[in-house]
Amino acid sequence: MAEVIAGVASSHVPPIGAAIDRGKTDEPYWAPLFEGYEKAREWMAENTPDVCVLVYNDHANAFGMEMIPTFAIGVAPEFEPADEGFGPRPVPTVQGHPELAWHLAESLILDEFDMTIVNEMTVDHGFTVPLSILFGQVDEWPCPVIPIVVNVTQYPPPTGKRCYALGQAIGRAIASFDQDLKVTVLGTGGMSHQLGGARAGLINEEFDRDFMDRIGPDPESLLDLTHTDYIRAAGTEGVELVMWFIMRGALDERVHEVHRHYHVAASNTATGLIIYEND
Amino acid sequence: MTSVKRDYDDIPGTYVFDGRRARQGYALNKFLKTLDDPEVREVFRRDEAGYLDRFSLSEEQRRAVLERDWNGLLELGGNVFYIWKLCVFDGCSMQYMGGQMSGMSEDEFRQMMLDGGRRQDG
Repeated sequence: MAEVIAGVASSHVPPIGAAIDRGKTDEPYWAPLFEGYEKAREWMAENTPDVCVLVYNDHANAFGMEMIPTFAIGVAPEFEPADEGFGPRPVPTVQGHPELAWHLAESLILDEFDMTIVNEMTVDHGFTVPLSILFGQVDEWPCPVIPIVVNVTQYPPPTGKRCYALGQAIGRAIASFDQDLKVTVLGTGGMSHQLGGARAGLINEEFDRDFMDRIGPDPESLLDLTHTDYIRAAGTEGVELVMWFIMRGALDERVHEVHRHYHVAASNTATGLIIYEND
Repeated sequence: MTSVKRDYDDIPGTYVFDGRRARQGYALNKFLKTLDDPEVREVFRRDEAGYLDRFSLSEEQRRAVLERDWNGLLELGGNVFYIWKLCVFDGCSMQYMGGQMSGMSEDEFRQMMLDGGRRQDG
């Protein structure tokens, strides 16, 4: 049977990808951020799963204003990096895992999560930057990756509570898949940031550190945060943190933390990374 | 829907892209999304005003696009990720856009981020 072995939360800031693509990770601006990623990469190299499930939000690239699915799952054999206005990132095409992805889609819908099924889509920085953080510059990604797309750009996103429940359902669905696969679930986005308006540049380190302290041992204590709580404390785009609950929900009730890194700022954003293994 | 008061309306300097803004900015965001296409970018570069005629923008939205009134674009229903496409078109950075929206130069904005970012005020 398939099994969730670990969960990783990570920010997905576009310039982090650009710094990797352009060989700037040793520059003084970027070095402190990337030093914190070293341990994560070592851990990932030693614990490469058979499949990743990667939870992220599209940023008006694969999906436009025409339709805005709250939760979607990519079931394609492969996903090309999106052209976000300056050409696609020079990273490998992502191989999907249609068999497990379809199993997830069917299981989740029957478990009353109304997923949108996506047969064709590109993947933007929200998806490829976390892969680059964890796997570095590679000719091909070391495992297939299944995209779970969450709307957080059109208000309202799903609630943290709903995301946590979806994560639990993903955990159940993976456990019922009849192949021996080790699966790691990645939740991306955050941490505190606001891109627009006179409040642009907002960072709330206290909020972020408290969030990181609690999501492992006591995620349920964070589930009552409303969207307005996030916007007020962590900025309009800080609400992306709801996606971390999908990762957390897919793990066991008890987890242990392998590694944590927090850094202010990458471009306009506070960045965080946490790795959990099931106990 | 427009009459419903939201509990985030009092947060200063903040535009939440809700249904009100999506309705107001639909044509504007549709235009911004077309900048994904390299051929469109060339057409727009040659004749910005002429290209905008293809979209049913309000006069204010047209002006905000042509004058690069970044906060105006937010106020008039633009979504920050769609507005970002115009900034990329101009070759600008997110820190430039953040500075423009908050009355700072790009260098001042960059320094503020290095110093730990803007403090919460809402």
